[in-house]
Amino acid sequence: MDNFIIRIDNLSKTFADGVQVLNNVRINIKRNEFVTLLGPSGCGKTTLLRILGGFEEQTEGDVYFEDSLLKGIPPYKRRLNTVFQKYALFPHMNVEENIAFGLTIKKVDKQVIVARIIKMLNLVNLQGFEKRKVQSLSGGQQQRVAIARALINEPEVLLLDEPLGALDLKLRKNMQIELKKIQKKLGITFIFVTHDQEEALTMSDRIVVLKNGQIQQIGTPIDIYNEPNNAFVANFIGESNIIDGIMLKDCLVEIDFIEFECVDSGFTEHERVDVVIRPEDLQIFTNQDGRIKGKVTRVTFRGVHYEIEVMTQYRTYIVHSTKLLNVFENVSLDLEPQDIHIMHKEGPDE
Amino acid sequence: MNKIKKIYLWIIMIILYSPILVLIVFSFNSSKSTSWQEFTFKWYIQLFENPSIQSAFSYTLIVGFVSAIISTIIGLMAALTIIKLRGIKRRLIMALTYIPLLSPDIVIGISLMMLYSTLNIPFGLITLILSHITFNTPYVILSIMPRLMQLNPNVYEAALDLGATPVYAFKKIILPDILPGVLTGAFIAFTLSIDDFVVSFFNTASGVNTLSIQIYSMARRGVSPEINAISTLIFLTIVTILTVTNIRASRKAKLEGYFY
Repeated sequence: MDNFIIRIDNLSKTFADGVQVLNNVRINIKRNEFVTLLGPSGCGKTTLLRILGGFEEQTEGDVYFEDSLLKGIPPYKRRLNTVFQKYALFPHMNVEENIAFGLTIKKVDKQVIVARIIKMLNLVNLQGFEKRKVQSLSGGQQQRVAIARALINEPEVLLLDEPLGALDLKLRKNMQIELKKIQKKLGITFIFVTHDQEEALTMSDRIVVLKNGQIQQIGTPIDIYNEPNNAFVANFIGESNIIDGIMLKDCLVEIDFIEFECVDSGFTEHERVDVVIRPEDLQIFTNQDGRIKGKVTRVTFRGVHYEIEVMTQYRTYIVHSTKLLNVFENVSLDLEPQDIHIMHKEGPDE
Repeated sequence: MNKIKKIYLWIIMIILYSPILVLIVFSFNSSKSTSWQEFTFKWYIQLFENPSIQSAFSYTLIVGFVSAIISTIIGLMAALTIIKLRGIKRRLIMALTYIPLLSPDIVIGISLMMLYSTLNIPFGLITLILSHITFNTPYVILSIMPRLMQLNPNVYEAALDLGATPVYAFKKIILPDILPGVLTGAFIAFTLSIDDFVVSFFNTASGVNTLSIQIYSMARRGVSPEINAISTLIFLTIVTILTVTNIRASRKAKLEGYFY
């Protein structure tokens, strides 16, 4: 139990206008863990982060920081720091003054501050930038200053609100790797908010998928990718074929009148289910070896693979394959049992 | 074409400034009539020896400073609150801020007079200062609001997050950023206060005169070169304040690379 640095217990938040943004959220976050809150915009992930930072207050539920309640403690007394979406650097201060801000308040000795600034600038790769004006920096550099400014206070938890959202793709990839490195090196708990599933999969130890203020799934990137809890998670984490199926019995599912062996059990007999199949898991044959027969309707080059649309009698499948196929070619598809993911149908409110 | 533009500009300048130029010139004329005799400083000297003008001068400064400072504080606090409002509430408050700005001085002056007499507040320096605060405050709010709106709201939160108390965050982060707006507001308030006649006229007691009231009562007895001298001084004061404000603004703009 004491291994958890933050425990979020049945947290709900309803804004003054009656909109509920968080609904009964429960997450336990371990020390030194990299946890990502992932979801589309409006799913409540930023609100959750703001409650942790002390900028919003929950309507119901509790947040514990090392077993003490966080509610009512103002942001400036919390042992966590935030990196904001648009950097929020202090415009009239230079890089050095920005980074020193937290330590200056704590009246830390000047020489200690200078030494720690140099250490921080090394950490974020901005050696020699002490006297630069923040307006003269690029987006990526400003982001690094914001990270250094937060980390110099040696917080136990760092909250990051879509910190890479404003950067271009290449810079974002670099920063993802660097952030992960920094997190490992310093051994700090990171709580990272993003709507970018690839970013979440690359960086996180665990991912919390949110939708309409409710947790859809908590798990490691591999778990979430391979064993999504429901169609929403499956669709949000990478492209998927989501197909209606009928669970005939444990480990046997019927898709479009064909029976497939699978590895899922615990469904009622003849339960209507969602079957999730990743595009890269579908095997494609130019002969009739596969059990699902169809015709290629579209081929798009995607770099490493081709994205192929295959139309069958009942539906269209998306297949990722390195094979080059021609449009209108007759093909067949097949599946291994472990590549079929069965999910309960979502409730009528979804 | 350029020449025509230049001439046109000069004509406008002459129309605008010739009355004041005449006034300045005649303030140095030794004759009381409108014919030029010889250059003299005697009206200025007389001015400074006239006790009622001295008293009006000090009242003007007192009212100007006190009302500018108080309306700047009130305006700043109001702007900080208004910025937190959203939607219809903010628009309503901003509309209410504009109304005193747009209504004629005479309306403000008389309604304040009615208010003070209903509340039995004796007319004098206090009512004068209260009235000036009333018409100055909207200008202060309007000069601070644009600066506040440019501020990234996360900047204040970032300061709190790094351990600053709300007061410290305001002093170190918000205030330096909006200071140009606050100072502009204070300067405008001071200038308007010196400038005002109508509102002051209705809300003061005899013996408590500002310069503009003093000039008015002197002018009723006929225009004297003394009036020219004092008007020249007021004009120069306001030109100086405006120049200082503008230089500050353009320097700031150059430093930051953009205009407000």
